[in-house]
Amino acid sequence: MMSCKRATEQMSQKLDAPLSLIEKMSLGAHLMMCGKCSRCQQQLEQLHRVCQKRSETKD
Amino acid sequence: MNAAVIDIEEHFEKVRPRLLAFARLQLEDEALAEDKVQDTLLAAYEAIDRFNGQSKFETWLFAILKNKLIDEIRRRSREFTTDFDADQVAEVDEMFDERAHWVSGQQPQKWVQPESSYLHEQFWQVFDVCVFHLPKGTARVFAMRELLGIETDEICDSLGLSQQNVWTMLHRARLKIRGCLERGWYGREEIEQ
Repeated sequence: MMSCKRATEQMSQKLDAPLSLIEKMSLGAHLMMCGKCSRCQQQLEQLHRVCQKRSETKD
Repeated sequence: MNAAVIDIEEHFEKVRPRLLAFARLQLEDEALAEDKVQDTLLAAYEAIDRFNGQSKFETWLFAILKNKLIDEIRRRSREFTTDFDADQVAEVDEMFDERAHWVSGQQPQKWVQPESSYLHEQFWQVFDVCVFHLPKGTARVFAMRELLGIETDEICDSLGLSQQNVWTMLHRARLKIRGCLERGWYGREEIEQ
């Protein structure tokens, strides 16, 4: 089982480059089992979206 | 003036409108944007010996401008005062135990503020404080990737870092900013909407 720290590394990397099939599967398996990491992933994705909004809201 | 100088001026005038548009977008201050573009030209003159011709001249100018904008955004963020202490946010190594699982006090909490609360100007003040509490190099990489939307390949090239290095810096930056925003914004119930 992947550790939480490793899972956070993969969820961060996923925002920059596609994961390999194996990476996707092991991250997916971890997230199904781990509510803390699932929440972390949602929040990192939200952070990513909000950053993209920054230039739009600055007009 | 020698031929190289005349050459830069000519190229620079062609790229200038795009540099200016980019600077305006980032700074929302016409005069300051002009200044930064002017600084970029001066820096380009001084550093022309280091332009090796392998990258496009325009890409090189943009790289100089981006660094100037990041420094400016950094400088501004230090002027903000907010009522939370970003120094209290844990380091990434403190977030996980020896088995690399979340430490109990560091687990991500439910966020009470909605995602749309970024529309508040105050959100961005908190956000800037969080970004600029990162180590300088990490803040720069994060800003290039998430605020300027530059791909990691290009960040590696322009800063001379390995892909793994950049991914590690982004991972640390995102976890710290997540924790910092939770403390300074999303986890706080008292913010008026």
